[in-house]
Amino acid sequence: MSTSANEAPAAQQGAPLLDVRDLIVHHGQLRALSGISLRVFPGEVYAIIGANGAGKSTLLRTIAGLHHPTEGSIVYDDKDVTGMRPEKRATAGIVMVPEGRRLFPSLTLEENLQVGATFARSGPWTIEKVYDLFPWMKERRHQKTSQMSGGEQQSVAIGRALVANPRMLLLDELSLGLAPVIMRRIYGMLPQILSSGVTVLLVEQDVSQALRVATHLQCLLEGHSTLEGRPADVTAAQVEAAYFGSAHPGGQPPGDPPHGGLLAPHAPSEGSEA
Amino acid sequence: MGWVNAIIQGILTGGLYALFACGLSLMFGVMKLVNLAHGDLAVVAAYIGIGVIAVIHIPFLWSVPIVVAIMAALGYVLQRSLFQSAINRGELTTLIVTFGLSIVIENGLLQFFTANSRGIGTGSSLISSSFSIGAGLQIAWLDVVIFALAVVVLLSLQYFLSSSKYGRLIRAVADDREAAQLAGADYRHVFGIAAALAFCTVALAGIAYGMTTVVSPTTGTDTILLFAFAAVVIGGLGSLWGTLVGGIVLGVAQQIGAQINISYELLAGYIVFLAVLVIRPQGLTTRRSQS
Amino acid sequence: MSVTTDATVRSEEKVKVTRSRRNVAWTGLGALVVVVVLALFPYIVYSGTTAIMVQGLIVLTLASMWNLLAGYAGLVSVGQQAFFGLGAYFVLIPATHGLSPFLSLPIATVGAGVAAFPLWWLVSRLRLGYFAIATWVLAEAVALFIEQIQSIGGGTGMPLPGFAGMDPTLLAAYTYWAALVVAVLAIATVYFLLRSRLGLVLTAIRDDETAARTSGVRVGLARLLVFVVAAAGCGAAGGVLAIDQLQVVPGTSGGVFSVQWTAIMAFATIIGGLGTIEGPILGTAVYMILEQTLQSYNAWYLIILGLVAIGIALFARRGLWGLVDDRFNIRLFPVGYYLWSPGERRGRQGRQGRQAKGAAGVAS
Repeated sequence: MSTSANEAPAAQQGAPLLDVRDLIVHHGQLRALSGISLRVFPGEVYAIIGANGAGKSTLLRTIAGLHHPTEGSIVYDDKDVTGMRPEKRATAGIVMVPEGRRLFPSLTLEENLQVGATFARSGPWTIEKVYDLFPWMKERRHQKTSQMSGGEQQSVAIGRALVANPRMLLLDELSLGLAPVIMRRIYGMLPQILSSGVTVLLVEQDVSQALRVATHLQCLLEGHSTLEGRPADVTAAQVEAAYFGSAHPGGQPPGDPPHGGLLAPHAPSEGSEA
Repeated sequence: MGWVNAIIQGILTGGLYALFACGLSLMFGVMKLVNLAHGDLAVVAAYIGIGVIAVIHIPFLWSVPIVVAIMAALGYVLQRSLFQSAINRGELTTLIVTFGLSIVIENGLLQFFTANSRGIGTGSSLISSSFSIGAGLQIAWLDVVIFALAVVVLLSLQYFLSSSKYGRLIRAVADDREAAQLAGADYRHVFGIAAALAFCTVALAGIAYGMTTVVSPTTGTDTILLFAFAAVVIGGLGSLWGTLVGGIVLGVAQQIGAQINISYELLAGYIVFLAVLVIRPQGLTTRRSQS
Repeated sequence: MSVTTDATVRSEEKVKVTRSRRNVAWTGLGALVVVVVLALFPYIVYSGTTAIMVQGLIVLTLASMWNLLAGYAGLVSVGQQAFFGLGAYFVLIPATHGLSPFLSLPIATVGAGVAAFPLWWLVSRLRLGYFAIATWVLAEAVALFIEQIQSIGGGTGMPLPGFAGMDPTLLAAYTYWAALVVAVLAIATVYFLLRSRLGLVLTAIRDDETAARTSGVRVGLARLLVFVVAAAGCGAAGGVLAIDQLQVVPGTSGGVFSVQWTAIMAFATIIGGLGTIEGPILGTAVYMILEQTLQSYNAWYLIILGLVAIGIALFARRGLWGLVDDRFNIRLFPVGYYLWSPGERRGRQGRQGRQAKGAAGVAS
């Protein structure tokens, strides 16, 4: 299942769905992104990796419209959306699942989905279809989401994004706070999402997970792009160098990589649901 | 028997206070806006009502929806323009702006309508008629009607917020503005709807008050804002029905005070308010960090 | 991460840190000259003019206090009229027992300051918006309470005894000087308070309250101090008003407990410039001009004042003085720091100076 998601679509269409050029983004006086570019083609799973503070979430938030870039452009579906408000981008098809889930705590599971569906574009995804994807949701749809586990909340957040019928789905740090087993399960949904015609741009701190699902990847380090290419075309050493920055004496990274070594195979995890 | 009468009177007045308070509570709950001009806007509604009746000569009952509609529109416009700009600039600016608005409204009313008080003539015997429930209890119909109105308003608000599309959106935006934007909602528009809703209740509050007693330009802050806030404090923040509870406690306290000594009416209310402030200011307090 | 600092490059040379660009002695001298000139007014101008100036000095005192509260401590109080009124009564009460009202001014100041403690205890935990309303409610409660006391005039107020038989011109002069002393002391207190450790603490709180707390800053204590000082200042101003008007009338519309006083001090501060010491001075001037041209019996001047204040709060947050400061970079009362790199002739404005541009700790 996961390997088929790894292959780039057979025919790469001429125009990218998302074309980001030379993005420079500041947080106050701090420069978070220095000239980042990327192109995501329809049907791809594009992964942004990097340590903490590399600027990955900033990049995604800027694409979603929650940050204004100081310089650079974002072109989606041949339209320049650089100045577009986030809600307009959502109705145009760029939908983000934000870091930390950000569900609405005073709303029930179903109400969360309903909000997501309020301004939805037309398409295959409905609340019922989300219940098909996550069968456990149906019985618990009138529960408040704050009582649910991390993995369940993550599923609801994804569902909320799906019912809007996105064309470009932005996933920000899905694995955050989740046990590896849960994370794998969540990522296991990806093929079904992709098959409905959605293109995915994701940010992930867990590099091995990212490599498992991505068709294309870019590594960020302190706001700069240090590596770009297809997983098949890059070596583990290259990724490690790009992740940590090759000029690091002693190899201690700015942010500790999760699960031990960067690309070490996962031990079957004990650990309860996150 | 005066005591029982006083308590019943207090309970009924509580409905009026709840009407005062729910708009204030709603605006704070959704957009974190403490509208210092809240009371003055209720007075504006009362004056609009008086003006409409004077100009168009329609029966009182017809003027109510007109006033509510005007105020709702005013609420939306004010929120989208003035309040949103203030919110964008922070809580301090918001307070300054709403305080400024309050002063401007009060003095504007003073300027154009003089300091005289006016009442809203209902054109029917509604104001003066009352009924008795045995053993010498006199209850004014008007008070009962207003209490019923308050309950209806609270029920409607609750229903709207829990079951309608925009009610959901309002709750969502109140929870997490950014996440709502990501779901396609223009939060400025949702804020506007919430403000319009709040202003509807403000309109009703102003009209109701104008029916029970007379209003003057300073009634907004002297009475309405103070009582609204006291009701919110006593009833607990974040709960619409809490404002009814708060209103009732305030009303009863005032009537009991009046029973002891007629000039203690207001004082009694303040004492209860202060007591609650000291004992359990739930929801009103944070660790002072701007959220 | 992108901040380049010359300091790291030339770390062997020392960077000079001073309070102001020029020798602050000049500003101090200038201030002294101004005060001396003002003090001579009763000899120079008619008592009609000094009477107007007394009004202005009262507003100046109030505005400086409101600025301290809102501009530096982030506390928006809409109930300062409580202390203003209390100050007036603390002058009235001793006067009814024979003490000269002028001598009661310190009593009014201290009395109002003391009254601040229980009031602070009641409202200190409230978040900003509700704090504002609560101060308003408390002011109403205080007014109501005072109005119950018949011996000091009850609800209708009472004339101020103690000046019977005094020459009117002399009285006017004394009143003027009292007002001047109060205003000068008020501004001086604010200035030195902000240059002291408290000023540093307030800036820290304004920048990042949580960080300040975890660094051991006693946030509550700092705010309490500011609240008390502001109350005392307003009380002193109230005492001056009592002397000026020769009567004390409570009553929340037009009397000493009227919210109009807070409106005046707030608007004057905002228009002049919130968060700068010079602001209230400028704002008071604007207020006086408006009031004189529109006559205080007309509600128009408050309407215009309010509208202008709203406009400035939205579009020129640092007020009129802020506009001047941005253009010419002047600080008459420097409470920030200037950085002098070795060899630099004009110091670069330190971070505190720049930070103050985001007046009153408001992050959008």
